[in-house]
Formats: sequence, structure tokens, C-alpha cells
Amino acid sequence: MLKLHRIEMFRRTCREVTRLVLEGEDRRLGWVDRAAIRLHLMICDACPRFAKQVKLMRQAIGQWRQYRDAE
Amino acid sequence: MMIDFAPQVEALRPQLLRFARSQLRNDAWAEDAVSDTLLAALEKPQSFSGNSQLKTWLVGILKHKVVDQLRRHSREATVLTTDDGEDLDESLFLPDGHWREAPQDWGDPEAACGRREFFEVLEACMEHLPPTQGRVFMMREWLELDTDEICKELTITATNLWVLLHRARLRLRECLQSSWFNERRA
Repeated sequence: MLKLHRIEMFRRTCREVTRLVLEGEDRRLGWVDRAAIRLHLMICDACPRFAKQVKLMRQAIGQWRQYRDAE
Repeated sequence: MMIDFAPQVEALRPQLLRFARSQLRNDAWAEDAVSDTLLAALEKPQSFSGNSQLKTWLVGILKHKVVDQLRRHSREATVLTTDDGEDLDESLFLPDGHWREAPQDWGDPEAACGRREFFEVLEACMEHLPPTQGRVFMMREWLELDTDEICKELTITATNLWVLLHRARLRLRECLQSSWFNERRA
């Protein structure tokens, strides 16, 4: 019973994980949220691709900023 | 050097104006921010060390002047249009929280990043964000303000800001998908 309860605590839908991944771009998430994301990304096919897209956008924006301000 | 300075500064005006417009989404505020920038530059040319590029120096001043404008017009700058209020979540997810359509693999970052054409698409996508989403997103990503500073300058709550940034990032993703990644595949 206790075990099941613990797992429930980390269960998130794709929609919730998407929101958390995006929030992680703007603030440091708590450990429960971070653990929940990691667990979800292990069992989901779609969300890891979303997380990679977010990472690509972050890198691209960083490079764009330098390109824009200096060139 | 002093004789060359004014025309050189003046030559960069169109570019500064474009940057100010994309951040402020209001022509009058953008004009003011750029005028303030040029005045500050011409008044204190000695503060330009010559070590950095003139443009980099001017953009640095512009970023401060743009924040001044946002602060001054914070009420109007945070009015939500219909587009600002629209939630993409509804169209992306089923009621049970699963993706309607799984996100695509965008491939290797190096393949897209670092290319001028990609930056142009990225910039166009940012400029197409609804005005208030665009303002807060650019404050975060171009002015590099942290979220507390943005809330303070615009006098909005953290919750409002999260919602706006969330919507902006989802929209940007949609735009890159349709304007870059789908195009490239076609």
C-alpha cells in the first residue's frame, strides 16, 4: 500500500510533464518534480522528444542572441 | 574618431529600431527607446572603450532603455489580446493528458543551430508571438532578465508570468515545427 502510494506521488501525465519541462526553463524545479520528470521520460516515447526540442530551442536562442547582438 | 562617431552611430539606427520594435511591440515606445539610446551614446562617446564593437556597445545601452520603456508603460504592455489568452494545451493533448500527436524528432541541434537561415526563422517566429507573450519572452531571452525582475518591471504576478512564458514557448515550438522542420523535410 505504502509503495503504491509513493509511486502515485511521482505519476504525471504527458501534459503535466510538458508543463514542468517548460517551467524548468525559467525556474529551478523542486526535487519531486524533477524526479517525476525523470521517471516519466523513462517510460514515455513522446515526451523525451519534446524535452529534446526544448533543449534545442534553448541552445538555438543562446546562439541567436550572440549572433544578433554582435554581428 | 569624434568626427566619425555620430554617423557611425546613426548608421546603426535602423537595426536598433528593429530590435526595439521586436521587444516592445509598439512603434512609439521603440522610437523613444532608440532616441534615448542614441542621445546617451552621443553624450558620452568616451564611455565607448573601442574594445568592443560599436554595435555591441549600443545594443547594451538599448537594452536598458527598452526596460525603461517597459516599466513606464507596464500597464499597457501587459494587456492580453485574444491570441495572448489562447491555450495551445487544449489542441496538443487529449482530455486524459496524452499527446494527440507525438512530437517529432528534430534531430541533431548542430544541424539547425548556427545557421543564418535558422536564426532568421527563429526570429520571425518570436516576432509572430502575440504581443504580451512576445514581450515577456523577449525580456527573458533577449534581455536575459530573471523572472523576478520581469514581474517587478511589469508589476505582474509570478503565476501570470509562468502562464505567458509557457504559452510563448509552446507557440514558438509550433512555429519552428511548421516553418523550419516541416519545410526542411518537404
